[in-house]
Amino acid sequence: MTRHRGRGMASINYPIGMNLGGDPSQALVHSNPSGKFTVALSSIDLGQGMKSVTRQICAETLGVPVEDVYVDTADSDTGPHCMGSFASRGTHRVGNAVMAAAREARGVMMEAAAEELEVNAADLETDGRGNIHVKGAPHRSISTKDVAIAAQFRQGKTISGRGIFLVPLSDVDPETGEMSPATCYAHACLVAEVEVDDETGEVAMVRMDSAYELGRALNPRLVEQQLVGGAWMGVSHALYETPEPYYPDPVHGPRDFVEYLMPGPGDICPHDIAVLERPAPDGPFGAKGPGEMCANPVLPAVANAIFNAVGVRIDDLPITPEKVLRAIKAQGGARPQARR
Amino acid sequence: MSKIPLQFRHNGRDVAIFVEGGTNLLVALRELIGDMTPKFGCGQGGCGTCSVLVDGELHLSCLTLAETVAGRSIETLDGMKQGPNLHPLQRAFADHFAAQCGYCTPGMLMAAKALLNRNPSPSRDEVVEAISGNICRCTGYEPIINAILAAAGGRVSA
Repeated sequence: MTRHRGRGMASINYPIGMNLGGDPSQALVHSNPSGKFTVALSSIDLGQGMKSVTRQICAETLGVPVEDVYVDTADSDTGPHCMGSFASRGTHRVGNAVMAAAREARGVMMEAAAEELEVNAADLETDGRGNIHVKGAPHRSISTKDVAIAAQFRQGKTISGRGIFLVPLSDVDPETGEMSPATCYAHACLVAEVEVDDETGEVAMVRMDSAYELGRALNPRLVEQQLVGGAWMGVSHALYETPEPYYPDPVHGPRDFVEYLMPGPGDICPHDIAVLERPAPDGPFGAKGPGEMCANPVLPAVANAIFNAVGVRIDDLPITPEKVLRAIKAQGGARPQARR
Repeated sequence: MSKIPLQFRHNGRDVAIFVEGGTNLLVALRELIGDMTPKFGCGQGGCGTCSVLVDGELHLSCLTLAETVAGRSIETLDGMKQGPNLHPLQRAFADHFAAQCGYCTPGMLMAAKALLNRNPSPSRDEVVEAISGNICRCTGYEPIINAILAAAGGRVSA
């Protein structure tokens, strides 16, 4: 029995969002009389942090503290329309919609403040701490709370804004086949090192090194979390998970977590990640979206690493010990490739 | 089927319920006591999200017959916070981004608590071993391991 080390790499170009029939999301922003703002969305936060990121985007655009913004994703029946949380589109599509809505709400807020301070709205600025003051004269100031109260009870205005971000449908050119399914792309490169046991066919992850270019990281800790965790979803797809191992016959399909394998805490390996920020021209504050791309480069990198380790090329996922062992036997033993 | 009277301590409080024979502890906690912190994941001990402590020891509540905990002390995530304050483990999970969708989190926290109860300064390998019965889809485990090590080392924000 020998354990062979191998190293493989993969690079990806990842489109943000989907073409669909046009890819829109909407957002509504309004202030409460308390001077706090609510962002209404029907986009869903699955835990990936969309509520945090849209909250940051709204606060930054309005010029108010982040704690003064509440994001309500409660109900897709009553909320403004969203295509959904998929295709890494949340930060880009929903973020842009929130930015547009917050910009409109900010316009009304500044008009209401101007009326209270008896100045021109164009002469006002926000301090990001909950106050609006005359440029160059911070003492001529009013809190956003007082503006909200004045708008509600004296001026009869709603401090609110509507936002939509639409990437229109890109039709295929019938002559050339050309189309533009996405407006911006994220990029990644990942190097995987594995150890393949030529007696059992088992593949163990040794380490990963990666670089992700994902526009601006609006919340660096959330981005890091997504990249660390998502890589293991990629490993899981590469080595463990399959709903239908004997497709199309579902009889032997896994029914539970005992049969549907995933990596456990003992299977993980070190992973060094570099995040490169190249702001996207049409992203909210330059953001693209690190959603799904974190898993994608892992699969080809692991398949390449296995080839490098034992010389077998498996193109059918997941790369189970059985497939590795059969392939090694078919070629008459492990054939380690040159290490690069 | 006749019901069986059952008494035990639930997060330091005495509770008395009637259970059908064969009811598992997870169902008793969630449906009869109303403690929704232990989650139903697989119902057969494969995922760990239903983990609770029975007399300080880690148990899978989905595989534990409710009748067997008569007179014993059950701890769940619901009893973890200390008054208005988060338990240091909860604080460390938040600081280290150790939860994403959150479904595994109750089980992870109970497994971590069971570990720190018997071994206040575990090695990384001991932490990995302690949570090896718990599946997480989102985090890649690394943030969870780091959170538990931080809590054990007292490196937790106030």
